[in-house]
Amino acid sequence: MTSDATGFFTDTSVCIGCKACEVACKQWNQLPADGDFLSGRSYDNTIHLEATTWRHVAFVERPVPLSGRTMARPFSWLLMSDVCKHCSRAGCLEACPTGALVRTEFDSVYVQPDICNGCGYCVVCCPFGVINRRQDDGRVWKCTLCYDRQKDGMEPACAKTCPTDSIQFGKLDEMKEIAVKRLETLHRQGVKEAYLYGMSDEDQPGTEGLHAFFLLLDRPEVYNLPPDPSVPTKGVWKSWAAMALAIAGMTAAAAAAVKHGAKQ
Amino acid sequence: MAECHPVGFQWVMEAKRLGATLIHVDPRFTRTSAVADIHVPIRPGSDIAFLGAIVNYIIQNDRWFKEYVVNYTNASAIISDDFQDTEDLDGLFSGWDAEKGEYDPKSWQYKGVEVSPAAGHREMFSGEPRAERGAIISAEEHDPSLKDPRCVFQIVKRHYSRYTPEVVQQLCGISPELFEKVARALCDNSGRERTSAFCYAVGWTQHSVGVQYIRTASIIQMLLGNIGRPGGGIMALRGHASIQGSTDIPTLYNMLPGYLPMPKATYDTDLEKYIEYNESATGWWSEFRKYTVSLLKAWYGAAATEENQWCYDYLPHITGDHSHFVTTAAMADGMVKGFFVMGENPVVGSMNGALQRKALRQLDWLVVSDFAPTETAEFWRSAPEIASGEIDSADISTEVFFLPCAAHSEKDGSFTNTQRLLQWHHKAIDPPGDCRSDLHIVYHLGKRLKELYGSSGDSKDLPIQNLTWEYGPTGDKEEPDAETVLPEINGHSLPERSLLSGYKELKADGSTACGCWIYSGCYKDGINQPARRKPGQEQNWVAPEWGWSWPDNRRLLYNRASADPEGKPWSERKRYVWWDEQEKKWTGLDKPDFILDRPPGYRPPKDAKGIDTLSGIDPFIMQAEGKAWLYDPSGLLDGPLPTHYEPQESVLKNVLYGQQCNPARMEWYRRDNPYHKAYADERYPFVATTYRLTEHHTAGGMSRWLPWLCELQPEMFVEVSPELAALRGLSNGGWATISTMRGEIEARVLVTERLQPLFIQGREVHTVGLPYHWSWLGRSTGDAANDLTAFIADPNVSIEESKAFSVQIVAGRRSEGKKAAVTGPLAKPDEEGPPRDLPAVSHKPVGRHGLRAGKKELTEES
Repeated sequence: MTSDATGFFTDTSVCIGCKACEVACKQWNQLPADGDFLSGRSYDNTIHLEATTWRHVAFVERPVPLSGRTMARPFSWLLMSDVCKHCSRAGCLEACPTGALVRTEFDSVYVQPDICNGCGYCVVCCPFGVINRRQDDGRVWKCTLCYDRQKDGMEPACAKTCPTDSIQFGKLDEMKEIAVKRLETLHRQGVKEAYLYGMSDEDQPGTEGLHAFFLLLDRPEVYNLPPDPSVPTKGVWKSWAAMALAIAGMTAAAAAAVKHGAKQ
Repeated sequence: MAECHPVGFQWVMEAKRLGATLIHVDPRFTRTSAVADIHVPIRPGSDIAFLGAIVNYIIQNDRWFKEYVVNYTNASAIISDDFQDTEDLDGLFSGWDAEKGEYDPKSWQYKGVEVSPAAGHREMFSGEPRAERGAIISAEEHDPSLKDPRCVFQIVKRHYSRYTPEVVQQLCGISPELFEKVARALCDNSGRERTSAFCYAVGWTQHSVGVQYIRTASIIQMLLGNIGRPGGGIMALRGHASIQGSTDIPTLYNMLPGYLPMPKATYDTDLEKYIEYNESATGWWSEFRKYTVSLLKAWYGAAATEENQWCYDYLPHITGDHSHFVTTAAMADGMVKGFFVMGENPVVGSMNGALQRKALRQLDWLVVSDFAPTETAEFWRSAPEIASGEIDSADISTEVFFLPCAAHSEKDGSFTNTQRLLQWHHKAIDPPGDCRSDLHIVYHLGKRLKELYGSSGDSKDLPIQNLTWEYGPTGDKEEPDAETVLPEINGHSLPERSLLSGYKELKADGSTACGCWIYSGCYKDGINQPARRKPGQEQNWVAPEWGWSWPDNRRLLYNRASADPEGKPWSERKRYVWWDEQEKKWTGLDKPDFILDRPPGYRPPKDAKGIDTLSGIDPFIMQAEGKAWLYDPSGLLDGPLPTHYEPQESVLKNVLYGQQCNPARMEWYRRDNPYHKAYADERYPFVATTYRLTEHHTAGGMSRWLPWLCELQPEMFVEVSPELAALRGLSNGGWATISTMRGEIEARVLVTERLQPLFIQGREVHTVGLPYHWSWLGRSTGDAANDLTAFIADPNVSIEESKAFSVQIVAGRRSEGKKAAVTGPLAKPDEEGPPRDLPAVSHKPVGRHGLRAGKKELTEES
């Protein structure tokens, strides 16, 4: 990570589920509506991140109260705006054979649409299921962290429009400081279930930390996030090591066999 | 608030970050509840019982702010000996006339003196000459010890003494523990050091006792000393941008700009009578003549002279109630020829949609101005009753004009938001194609009318001929300049036309013109004040240089109440406006809302007149006696104190009184508007409430044509609790049919724990949640919730009751979608049901168009 790295801190404890981020994203990036489908899953009708939905708000109704809240029956409604995580170690980036996926000067992960050939290798390498191909043009699309806006010194459309500052954008180092302070405040207020998801390498070695990290109020799975995501190449060193070990072993075994044979 | 006003809600979240406690009272668990500290599910239609119990809690537990209440409210005033409370008359106040169906409010007055209200029905006493005119209000009788049984405080205490936590449980379905928690939190957070605010929207107003809901909150805020102080108050969250603006410079039939009443044909027969009946002897309304003459000078220019009473006769004079439902009922009976609908979709957004459409079918012409041809514009082509073949388009003779209009980003103008703040918005792009701004449409309509009537010699055409109408149209589209309207609203001197700096400069001699006295100063010094955008960090936290607020750029009304009777801030933490003893004037962080040099110790002499009658401890300067009204001696048509009444259609009997409903409510007895039984109608056993979702806007004109919004909430649905779903065999994602006697609709079912049954009076009360955004046109469609609702309204402001009514819900799709306005009532209207009124109102007359209330309908004679 460079000191120019920018990113999102999404604080779900203040999200009101207004979906303004979803709409602002679609408007700025001129993404089409995906179709009108009443899901029956709370107020979530776009369901997940897609090639044409780069921000998605999850609505989780659960029969569990949040700490410090007084409700007539045990219940809470978790709201969370999801987005591409722009992983420090990005599976999509590593899988891309054409160089369409690049790391920008803001340390974000960006798909160059004029280079992408739609091979789809990146799709299976994203541990979050974020990146996907558009059926109508075959290429992959995802959040650009509003690269174009950042180039003009503006913050991404979703963060700009978020009325409650649930989505905060800025220098990643500063975001981390804000997040740690916010977590302390919440813990002090008794919201003991709050924690930070994917802020650093230590938190999430499988991605080496996210450039879009979250403050969550329940286990990651509740929000449809993986508990321990890992980019596939994370295992490459181990694979090579194992293979080297195997080669060494087999060589040794072969040598031993030859030696044994020679003795006989 | 998060659900319907997410942008405004950012400030609530900001307060929460700073440690504020957020309490949300709502029948459903919404996005607001999701972040609230306390969520209180309440039975729709029972809020006065809940709020009244808080009043009772405050008084019984001695939590009221004594110095504030004694000095700044009318708590100590003695009420007429003739007054009788609902406690004495089983739910009625004294003065009820069952024959006429209205109250005579005489007995509600202060002892020995008659006051007219600062707002509301100022004309209540104007029908007859007032013997006490000019009397000094401070001459009324008082008991500062608040012990006299006839004083306001004791009357309020008695009135709410039966509003106990147990009653809250019985009526609202809220446990005593939860109630206590809310009441205590509110009291703990009020006083010298702290203040609490209330925010409400149409969940409170759209009831047959809507105005009284808000009044109950006002009583709480007065008792706790939360008015006129920073962080206090009651915020009305309006339904759309600038609804506050359209109240200040009104699109209401009974108001002129700045809350001047529209003249009444029966008694405001000339200017002198109009002024006599509407000006107050005391307070700021004593300057009524200045505001009126200046308005007439703004509208009629040089034609307005002292000799012709400043063209007072040009003003329309109203003959009765011309509110939406009264007019629509008359329209349905063929009484109205033409109708303008701008930025509204009444066929979807207003009550009894099928009756609304029936009314449109009787018009000669209809003009609809909107972004897309809405259901109101297309009622004749594709409405459900046309699609079903029940009505033939060929039989409809209404000529419909559609005027495509510009969006807010395509025109200049101002928004006035809930705290009276005017903010200017600049045009970003030109409107596409034939779309034009509202200003353009109205301006050119006026211009053509002037051309049409310009050479007429008929004196009835003088108001059009003499109307000032210079708004400098420019460009190839002849777009009027919105910045020529603002100076007219601000006002100028005559004949030199120099801009005024505020309403205090207004004159009654024709030497000033002002389009809206409360907005005077908005173009002070030739600067568009609402367009100011100085960042908050570069000024004090009150931010007086961001936009402009009326009156006089004052951010907080009645802010003299932020200081104690001696003029010192109640606390350092809450300091706002105070008396500067050295300078001998009021000063502070905001513009003091008081006579600047009036010392706290001033008491008016007996012969004082006008604003001189306001003492140094009278912060509520718009009120005749300068005090906040815990008890309302005049101005309301349904009683001086809020009282719990059940909705027109309830599932429960009123356990507090024999009187079931608001006695003064407006009802329409028509075949196309049938009502269920007052309560316990087994055919309609569930409570229904309508509401909005974040993703759509009101009747959908601004959202159902937008793909990005439609995909987020793609079709009509109904929300039910898992318990109700089990009871009625409803499944998530399946279909349900919801019906009333007015109509039946179908919707997808969303089963959710965000709705829950309430245990009330030994039974489960279920609520059916109905978003009202949808109808048959646009990208996202569904049946309209308002095909279920009825014409029934509050008497004070004629607002409908859509937030609590009874329905039936069954699994499966509807059959033909019957509507009472097409085929007659869906079930037998039950006139034999339990009574709503005590005594029975059999003598209360039903008007020609069905209105049964103490009000005049629009009739041919009038």
